[in-house]
Amino acid sequence: MTKKIVRVNEATIRFAGDSGDGMQLTGTRFTEATAIVGNDLKTIPNYPSEIRAPTGTLAGVSAFQLMFGSQRVFTPGDLPDTLVAMNPAALKVHLRDLKPGGNILANSNAFNDKNLKMAGWEGNPLEDGTLDSYTVYAIEMSKLVGKALENSDLSSKGIERTKNMFALGVLFWMYNRPIEPTENWLRNKFAKNPSIAEANIIAMKTGYNYGETTEIFTTSYAVEKADLPKGKYRNITGNVAVAYGLITAAKKAGKELFLGSYPITPASEILHTLSSLRNHGVKTFQAEDEIAGIASAIGAAYAGDLACTTTSGPGMALKTEAIGLAIITELPLVIVNVQRGGPSTGMPTKMEQSDLFQAVLGRNSDAPIPVVAAADPADCFDCAFEAARIAIKYMTPVILLTDGYLGQGSGPWRIPDPKDLPEIKVNHPAKPADGDEKFMPYSRDENETRPWAIPGTAGLEHRIGGLEKENITGMVSQDPENHQVMTDIRARKVANIANEIPPLEVYGDKKGKLLIIGWGSTHGAIHVAVDRARAKGQSVSQIHLRWVNPFPSDLKAVCDNFDEILIPEVNTGQLSLFMRSELLRPVHQLNKVRGEPFRSSEIEDKINEILG
Amino acid sequence: MSETIKVEELNLTRKDFVPGNEVRWCPGCGDYSVLANMQKTLPGLGIRKENYTFISGIGCSSRFPYYMDTFGFHSIHGRAPAIASGVKLANPDLTVWVITGDGDGFSIGGNHMIHVLRRNIDLNIMLFNNRIYGLTKGQYSPTSLLGKKTKSSPFGSIDRPFNPSAVALGANATFIARAIDVDAQGLQESITRAQAHKGASFIEVYQNCIIFNDGEFGDVEGKDTRPDNALFVVHGEPMIFGKDRDKGIIMENHHPKVVTLGDKWSEKDLLVHDETNAIITNLLLEMTFDASTPTPFGVLRAVEEPTYDEMLVSQIAEVTRIKGEGTLESLYASGDVWEVK
Repeated sequence: MTKKIVRVNEATIRFAGDSGDGMQLTGTRFTEATAIVGNDLKTIPNYPSEIRAPTGTLAGVSAFQLMFGSQRVFTPGDLPDTLVAMNPAALKVHLRDLKPGGNILANSNAFNDKNLKMAGWEGNPLEDGTLDSYTVYAIEMSKLVGKALENSDLSSKGIERTKNMFALGVLFWMYNRPIEPTENWLRNKFAKNPSIAEANIIAMKTGYNYGETTEIFTTSYAVEKADLPKGKYRNITGNVAVAYGLITAAKKAGKELFLGSYPITPASEILHTLSSLRNHGVKTFQAEDEIAGIASAIGAAYAGDLACTTTSGPGMALKTEAIGLAIITELPLVIVNVQRGGPSTGMPTKMEQSDLFQAVLGRNSDAPIPVVAAADPADCFDCAFEAARIAIKYMTPVILLTDGYLGQGSGPWRIPDPKDLPEIKVNHPAKPADGDEKFMPYSRDENETRPWAIPGTAGLEHRIGGLEKENITGMVSQDPENHQVMTDIRARKVANIANEIPPLEVYGDKKGKLLIIGWGSTHGAIHVAVDRARAKGQSVSQIHLRWVNPFPSDLKAVCDNFDEILIPEVNTGQLSLFMRSELLRPVHQLNKVRGEPFRSSEIEDKINEILG
Repeated sequence: MSETIKVEELNLTRKDFVPGNEVRWCPGCGDYSVLANMQKTLPGLGIRKENYTFISGIGCSSRFPYYMDTFGFHSIHGRAPAIASGVKLANPDLTVWVITGDGDGFSIGGNHMIHVLRRNIDLNIMLFNNRIYGLTKGQYSPTSLLGKKTKSSPFGSIDRPFNPSAVALGANATFIARAIDVDAQGLQESITRAQAHKGASFIEVYQNCIIFNDGEFGDVEGKDTRPDNALFVVHGEPMIFGKDRDKGIIMENHHPKVVTLGDKWSEKDLLVHDETNAIITNLLLEMTFDASTPTPFGVLRAVEEPTYDEMLVSQIAEVTRIKGEGTLESLYASGDVWEVK
């Protein structure tokens, strides 16, 4: 029988199973194979905050979604075309998102009475007609891997665990992906335990062959490679990209990198990544708490390292006082907040953009700080580098906002040539300035930046601290005039960073009916929605703010060319509030806080509502 | 660790460490004496002046860095040990001192204190223990004794106190010394020994707050009463004290007990101090609040253990030796790489 190959421009797949079923790994392997084929892609994991919630329960379902295409891909996709459901709970949780008529690949062996009951199904949906509007592939995955591996020396439990590789094999066949990269990866990963590697490879191949030979599959899909700019690529998550951006900045500044950090979801991978890079001279310090994380980084900055601290919302709250210290002592520091859903512990594994106010405003007194926000996983590299560059140039802490979706989601990264990246100029004075008898720690350069004098430099002994200092001399001062001067300098220094921000790029027409302003990880969803609206002839354009403090100096001029403004945010309207005061005009809001990013369709609906 | 240089070559004097600004502690405060002894001792330690860095938190004693003409950082409440850890790890050549008080170091900053001691980062930590909150004008602190009447405990404190040196021992500190603010010799010896010690050194200074807790350490502060109430321990020597050096410490029923030397007891019956033996240190610390025994001072504990900063440097060197020095090119290419032509 000849099977049909259907060419599609893009596809969205979601892998869902119990948190012990290895869905994150399965998704990651599919992603790597897809990247190697040359498709553009974006991924998003979705997993419970419990390490292992009870098997078979709705709370224990873990999922991974990716969208890939032959054109540029800006989001991990709205609704999946294909859902892999390894058990009834996974089907129960994710069925509502599946595209009408979409494919369901289910491990029918897991659909037993106990699991069905636990997931809240009254009958067996694979058999009772519940799924009639979908294309269902009910496959006895557990049984098939058991048969394929009956001669393996793995335990029956170990054999059962290879069923995710079977599912992956079927998907590889279905979407015409190569299996060799995963084969190599498995051999490498289980180099010390070849029987596990071989069992997984057999399971994967069994799945692949099952797709090819059995008659239940009549169609496979081909997605041509995307027309990406020339160059070398790899897939990268936002958290790894942040780590690489920081280490690159350190090298370009001729500095050692110091990370003071305390483990927290969803930011820990930055700590993990940097901890593994001792041969790059990276000093990671797993502190006793969030406060010690930033405090140690402030100490390292004072002593001359490129210092950073990484965390998520609740950790930011704990670091607040120390951020104020870095502001008043005017020390360079990069603070990364991989935002999650809140308040308090909130939803640790779910994304949100609700720490914008906290970043820009959340300190006692007037304590201005530059804030940069990454738009996609690869952009995390550029933003981390930029944050470090600004921190050093202006002697200021800088906050980098990403979120759980960017941090743990992934996309292709065009690998830069390190030679093409700019050097970061560092100037540690070696002696007091000409004409000064004593060193003046709060003297100012043309950017009103104070000198970065580091301990160990003879003749520059001086004291800094959290008490207000006299400008120029750095002596403790409670003088009213001086406090006004210093408060104004701190504000001006940050405001002047706007001079570093390139003119806004308007996607779409520069003048029109509706302008959508985004920041952070909403970039992709807005971009797709704008594309679709423009294809329908609607007058919609997009700008995206990389710096959310200060704002670009041409912001108002750009906005003046549009009748209406829409601001979609995964919070209750934080940028909207800033924009109203900045632009002195009304804006439309689109807000949701469901622990997940926007779907493009949601933004399209809002566009239709505004433009009528 | 800082490179040590011949003292004569450095040619430093006490004056080199005096910045010349006005010192603003209350007249008669014990801090003055500690500052003077620090300034007196440092020139003789063979460390370049520019390599000294003093880090403090918040409180009266934490103003200390402003009065030392070295690099200094007066930070935020309780966090000095964490900041100092970052300083030392960024530049292990520096000699880093942490100046803290009983509120700063053992209340708001208690967590950092135990962890910096546990990690054994090569820092010198000096705790000014005056058993009161001075800067906030007289509330009880975590080292104030039970029953202490203060502004926030008008009917007497019902808060059981810490014994800071015992907490340090519990945190596995490798160096613990105790000194009295007005005892120049004891202070200078503690500073010198702490500086020589590789790892986290902890010095508890009994410091009199003349305004809010005057006389708290009366019996050991007074020159006349000190010999009968303070036991200065010396490694390898029997525990003897008293104006006439006629009293000593023996062990009875696992407890320290004071005896008078003479017909019944001789020096060889006395406990001998061993700064490497945690049981002896613990026994000495048990005497802190015991009215029947003298209060112990001197180097209570000193043991050599690997330091965090040395292990970090050697781990970086070892991983670099095995993997080769990392380059950005190799880092970027560490995943599956494909090329779009």
